[in-house]
Amino acid sequence: MERFVFLTFDGLSRGAVYAAFALALVLIWRAARIVNFAQGAMAVAAAYVAYSVTAATGSYWLGFLAALAAGLLLGAVVDRAVMRFVDHTSPLNPVIVALGLVLLIQAVLGMIYGNEFRPAGTPFDRAALTVGGFAVVSPYDLFVFATVGLMMVALAWIFARTPVGLRMRAAAFAPEVSRLLGVNVGGMLALGWALASGVGALAAMLVIPTELGLHPNAMDLVFVSAFTAAVVGGLDSPPGAVVGGLVVGLVLSYVSGYAGSDLTPLAVLVLLLAVLLVRPGGLFAPVTARRV
Amino acid sequence: MSEQGGRSDAGELLTVRGLVAGYGAAPVLHEVDLAVPAGSIAAVVGANGAGKSTLLRALSGMLRPVAGQILLAGEDLRGVPVEQLVRRGMAHVPEGRGVIGELTVDENLRLGGLWRRDRADAGRARDEVYQLFEPLARRRQHLGHQLSGGERQMLALGRALVGRPRLLLLDEPSLGLAPRVVAQIMALLRQLRDSTGLTVLLVEQNVRSALSVADQGVVMALGRVVRAAPAERLRDDVDLRHAYLGF
Amino acid sequence: MSATRAAAPPERAATGAPADGRRGSTLLRHLAVAVAVALLVLAASYGLAPFRNFQLATVAAYLCATAGLTVLTGLNGQLSLGHGALMATGAYTVALCQGAFADHGLTGGWLLAVSLVAAILVTVAVGAVVGAAAARLRGPYLAGVTLAVAVVVPALTVTFDGVFNGDQGLSVPVEPPPLALGAYFPYERWQLWIAAAGTLLALVLLANLVRSRYGRTFRAVRDDEVAARLAGIHVARTQVLAFVVSAAGAGLGGALLAVLAQSVSPGAFSLTLSLFLLMAVVIGGLGRLAGALWGAVLLVVLPDLTHSVTELFTVSPAVAQRLEGNLPLAIFGITLVVVMIAAPGGVQGLLSRLGRELLARWPGRRS
Repeated sequence: MERFVFLTFDGLSRGAVYAAFALALVLIWRAARIVNFAQGAMAVAAAYVAYSVTAATGSYWLGFLAALAAGLLLGAVVDRAVMRFVDHTSPLNPVIVALGLVLLIQAVLGMIYGNEFRPAGTPFDRAALTVGGFAVVSPYDLFVFATVGLMMVALAWIFARTPVGLRMRAAAFAPEVSRLLGVNVGGMLALGWALASGVGALAAMLVIPTELGLHPNAMDLVFVSAFTAAVVGGLDSPPGAVVGGLVVGLVLSYVSGYAGSDLTPLAVLVLLLAVLLVRPGGLFAPVTARRV
Repeated sequence: MSEQGGRSDAGELLTVRGLVAGYGAAPVLHEVDLAVPAGSIAAVVGANGAGKSTLLRALSGMLRPVAGQILLAGEDLRGVPVEQLVRRGMAHVPEGRGVIGELTVDENLRLGGLWRRDRADAGRARDEVYQLFEPLARRRQHLGHQLSGGERQMLALGRALVGRPRLLLLDEPSLGLAPRVVAQIMALLRQLRDSTGLTVLLVEQNVRSALSVADQGVVMALGRVVRAAPAERLRDDVDLRHAYLGF
Repeated sequence: MSATRAAAPPERAATGAPADGRRGSTLLRHLAVAVAVALLVLAASYGLAPFRNFQLATVAAYLCATAGLTVLTGLNGQLSLGHGALMATGAYTVALCQGAFADHGLTGGWLLAVSLVAAILVTVAVGAVVGAAAARLRGPYLAGVTLAVAVVVPALTVTFDGVFNGDQGLSVPVEPPPLALGAYFPYERWQLWIAAAGTLLALVLLANLVRSRYGRTFRAVRDDEVAARLAGIHVARTQVLAFVVSAAGAGLGGALLAVLAQSVSPGAFSLTLSLFLLMAVVIGGLGRLAGALWGAVLLVVLPDLTHSVTELFTVSPAVAQRLEGNLPLAIFGITLVVVMIAAPGGVQGLLSRLGRELLARWPGRRS
């Protein structure tokens, strides 16, 4: 029982990060109909910026803010400098370009920082607090919950309540009509990329210290897990991404805790395949058919 | 929103000279000339494929003209991006109405006024639209795709009006609507022309109702303007009606 | 969709017998080209230094995989990021077979052929499973699943390290060249012969497949699934078939790589390898088998080239090491992005366009 409680909280903590990362994927998918396969690499790049800033200033929090800023900027740059020039008639093209960016970003990071793991610090203790004799949740887990929760509230508020959020939604749903109504559609797209990339950067900041550390490939498996989360929830549904993230986090935590951590990659693959073959549109999609 | 250009040709709000536009290599519009006086309603009529919608798309910048000039209140619109036209007083209600189905009625209307600096007046304009179109006021929080055809037309028109345009481009507002609703919309256009000095360029298949509301009629065929005259004269011209308009 | 009509494209009924005749001549032409290339490689294997022989052999191994991926992505329109994992399947199968043969004291040159065939069969089986799932998926979903395969499969070597020996990997015992070739026959030349023979055989088969009615159904499905379905093509079956054929190429390629390196380890088959293969296919020219050759050549030459370039600059060893590992990746990445944006036809597309223009200007060649 104690182990189950511990694994549940651990899974929710992981899941919160997957949820954030999946949300970033969903944001770009809704805005541009692109699954951003470069998101993991972009997020790692932002995390390296944080590493440098923290190393220079000694402050975790300055690094944290730097990661957010770098993420926002990188997202806008990728959209404005690369993605807008890609021919979208074949859905393969943006995917291939994103993969090119993965190679490029990871290589540049490797050239600057080297290909060894670097320890990534945390602002709070990762040892679990005991509540009534149970080791339940660490201060760092609480920090993760708070950050992800705050981020989601902020995103929901931006999209649902602010004029710029309305513009972004309109530009995504009906670009031509939106232009006629004075919306700068290209700008909204860049903003969407920036927001998504910023969210991805924060997710990387939260997850990397809990894994092996900072490395150009550090987010590869996290990307696959988050993609699975987004598919579980349905690529079109932000709430679905959140639920999907938590589900994937819990499943991986239980598999890792009860069957061995070596099996988690396989568990991700099996989960992804199972969801896609049973409910291709995701658990929250009203339409299940992807086939023509 | 003053007449900055100043030298608008004899009170013309919209002037088109030698407009050539199309998709790909072959032009759809050949040397189209057009003049719409401020505060009037002009109806562009003609058979299917005459180039009416293409004309509107070229006017609102969604289609880049190959040659020719488009002046709004004497100002050349060449090179002005689509999203800037609404700031110059031009509103385009596209065919199929362009209501964004995933947004609510209220969000659609707010979108129409988002570009405006004068937030308070945008809010007032929205309230006016709700007064004008009772059904919309009752369905503020409904999604666009839940509306009926008539309600969508009201919403599209209302959304354009929230921007308080000088020139309203309307593409086939009667398409798929009951005659009673069409009559209401036409009456509303006249009322807006009289009360606010709105200028309307209306493209219609429904020639009879278009010419009944318009001050001026423009007949298009195969991408050319074949006749431009006061609307009642076109209504009475039997030969023209038989040749181009089919009634 | 009835099973009897499946996979029979409409044009076959229209052309009937002549199609068979044409196919026969196509096979002969491909065989003639293959023999010519084989002679060329044979001559080269004597003319080139051992290290170049080895490089050429590596090109041949990669070519199997890129040709397979070309059939899948270029001809059938299915994106796979998992071909690195399929190559790993082939490589580990060869390693396990050769290891088993060595353990049981079996010797003989033909055993390698058995291992290679086993590698192809195992990879085909894996490819059929992935392909069956893939046939139900489109666009980004397919890319995501194959990406997951590419990331997860190398990790499995650690999960089941009793069999695959974890990160250390396995060694691949390969017998020396037969004594009949002489006592001082260079080992690298022998490697080139093995790799070239396997690759040429695979390419002839693939080239014929591309020209056959199966190739036409592949393209029909890529261009318009609905139209293909209406024309009586069993879309899902066609997609699985394309995946299986492609997997066979990747399996053979991986197996040959393992034979060349005489060892396998998960590090050699990371996600990066899958991305490299994709890049090679895109740069070579999506949908053209000749493009696969350009891609395979690039995969071998570019790292070598960047190595030479970094040697020109005097930098500290640590910096040089970082550059050497990462510069080719960076160049690959940039090339991938630029080619996709500027020249989606790839190198082979540019070449054929150039060729057509030259031919068009040639007097008397206009038909």
